[in-house]
Amino acid sequence: MTSKMSASSMTLVIEPGLAARNYWLDLWRYRELLYFLAWRDITVRYRQTAIGVVWALLRPALTMLVFVGFRKMTGLPSGGGPEPILVFAAVLPWQFFSTALSESSGSLIGNDKLISKVYFPRLIVPLASVITSLVDFAITLGLLVALMVWYRYAPSWTIVALPLFTVLAFALSLGLGLFLSALNVEYRDFRYIVPFVVQFGLFVSPIAFRTTDVPQRWRDIMAFNPMTGIIDGFRWAILRGNPPLDLSALALSVVVTGAFLILGIWYFRRTERGFADVI
Amino acid sequence: MSGTIIKVEGIGKRYRIHHQRTERYTALRDVITDKVAGIFRPKRRDVAEEPTVEDFWALRGVSFDVRRGEVLGIIGRNGAGKSTLLKILSRITEPTEGRVELTGRVASLLEVGTGFHPELTGRENIYLNGAILGMTRAEIKRKFDEIVDFAQVDQFLDTPIKRYSSGMYVRLAFAVAAHMEPEILVIDEVLAVGDAGFQKKCLGKIGEVSNEGRTVLFVSHNMLAVTSLCNRAALIDQGRLIASGPSSTVVSNYLKQVATAASAVRDQIWNDPLSAPGNDRIRLHRIRVVADAKDPGQEFTLSTPIAIEIDYWNAVSDTKLFVNLVLYSIDGTEILEDWSVDDWSGKALPQGLLKTICRMPGSLLNEGTYRIRIIFFDSDAVRMLYDHQEAAVFSISDIGERTVNWHGKFIGFVHPKLHWTTHLVQATASSVAPGP
Repeated sequence: MTSKMSASSMTLVIEPGLAARNYWLDLWRYRELLYFLAWRDITVRYRQTAIGVVWALLRPALTMLVFVGFRKMTGLPSGGGPEPILVFAAVLPWQFFSTALSESSGSLIGNDKLISKVYFPRLIVPLASVITSLVDFAITLGLLVALMVWYRYAPSWTIVALPLFTVLAFALSLGLGLFLSALNVEYRDFRYIVPFVVQFGLFVSPIAFRTTDVPQRWRDIMAFNPMTGIIDGFRWAILRGNPPLDLSALALSVVVTGAFLILGIWYFRRTERGFADVI
Repeated sequence: MSGTIIKVEGIGKRYRIHHQRTERYTALRDVITDKVAGIFRPKRRDVAEEPTVEDFWALRGVSFDVRRGEVLGIIGRNGAGKSTLLKILSRITEPTEGRVELTGRVASLLEVGTGFHPELTGRENIYLNGAILGMTRAEIKRKFDEIVDFAQVDQFLDTPIKRYSSGMYVRLAFAVAAHMEPEILVIDEVLAVGDAGFQKKCLGKIGEVSNEGRTVLFVSHNMLAVTSLCNRAALIDQGRLIASGPSSTVVSNYLKQVATAASAVRDQIWNDPLSAPGNDRIRLHRIRVVADAKDPGQEFTLSTPIAIEIDYWNAVSDTKLFVNLVLYSIDGTEILEDWSVDDWSGKALPQGLLKTICRMPGSLLNEGTYRIRIIFFDSDAVRMLYDHQEAAVFSISDIGERTVNWHGKFIGFVHPKLHWTTHLVQATASSVAPGP
């Protein structure tokens, strides 16, 4: 009797395991919610703390100063450009990655009310967090531009590759963020692991040093850290192609990033239908 | 026009209750221990045993159809599965079995003000909340003035809503939700908040929505609202649909069921803090309605002082809370409300089992059957910690203590002993003859 009606495009069927069917279409339909969630986080962040913007500037600036000092003390070889720019080119993607990861991994827990009371594709929540972190990234980028003006350091054509590496950093943050945010719902003690990962990553990624400062045999291991390829890429793009790109390491970074993104989406999609029941 | 718009076929929802887990996140530690141990002793697989799991069907084998333009009331006691049903229909959670077909856009309102952010202004929250409820920006913009008008908050539009009174907050939240234009509107008990005048307005809005040919699913404990608003009602008990049909029939069915159980509902105990009604903050241990007299178990008459004892576990130390008691007649009319004002008011409560007693004087309520709802509020934020709708049901009978020659029921919900006097003002002669 109602079979004719269900043939209409308006009919929505709810069945166990069926949530997957219109997922990506739904994600598109809810794009405005994505916008509003990101807008909410940004507004609240910069309204609540009067020093919001100052803080966003101070953090990368201080990190940069410490690493420049560290490089001076350890006598790491310089070259390619002014020291602060050399370090800042790495702090920029790292800061974005670490902020995006911390914010997105806790995002589902932070929005538990929403998840237990309203339907929407849950992917929006961590995605909005990563997008929010892009605002901090933009502020840090502004600081880098100011530094380059100060040092009268003009970039070369390689700068056009910067958006590409930004996309790569975004994909990596999103992939890991999705994975960790979903894990966080079920295992709440994951929130203790994320800060450790971020702190650990700061030391094993080429931020204070360049990959080329490291003996070859260590570089191969370092290449498995997807942030290595991304940071090297940022340096290459900002510092006039110096040091030159290690294409095989970059390829590995792209592969690992892709793998994390797929893993993140897969695990998130697999667990999200249960979020409302356990959150 | 009058086709089936919602078709529910045998849906069920199973929850797994993990008995050994006291906290959710201990599991990961176990998992890691297991994995690490597994590296060193690959053969021992039984290091971390599965915690005992018990299946609990919150809903099972529920089927019904709703036709376009119909207002269906869903009634039943606390924990009967009503909210689970609404959560499935609004796609928040998946059913374990069964199938639902919805022909049209669904908007659900399971909570008032979902996603409201206290730091944002009223204006900003209208947009945010609208987006959360599935409205587009253009739609919200078009409805904006109407929403503000309905909520009566125009002069506070650019004030952060953390400065709003709870009444303004609720009005704004409902106003946004009421201006969605879905084919199917799913509402959960949201009208239980707000002042009476606003509730009337909300109910009116629901009636209006259905007159426009839209379909409404409506969970409520207010039986008057259900009978007056809904054409049909469905009664759910212990996860099963036990009656459905014309709302007046189903409601009287339900009232009979509640009244029969009334004596049992004077004392309820839950011994296991894990499965007792409540949440991460508050768990109920016992709710008892007794006579505040020598024999606590005696029947309540008009003159009996009544004590309502609420035993509960406070799970978070330094919680400041107050207990809110709302008294309803059995058909859901609100009679009175009071907050716990006592030695602990505004002070941080320790973690543990607490007992709050509310004493009601005798000669207050009229004969009849009453329902108590208990709400725990966070006294800082005026935020609901836990809401227990059917905390207790009790009856008061008139055994003719007031010596009058009248054996019918007095009108109204209260029957206090008013102080009456009569005295002779001026005696007159045998016949009253006013005038000059």
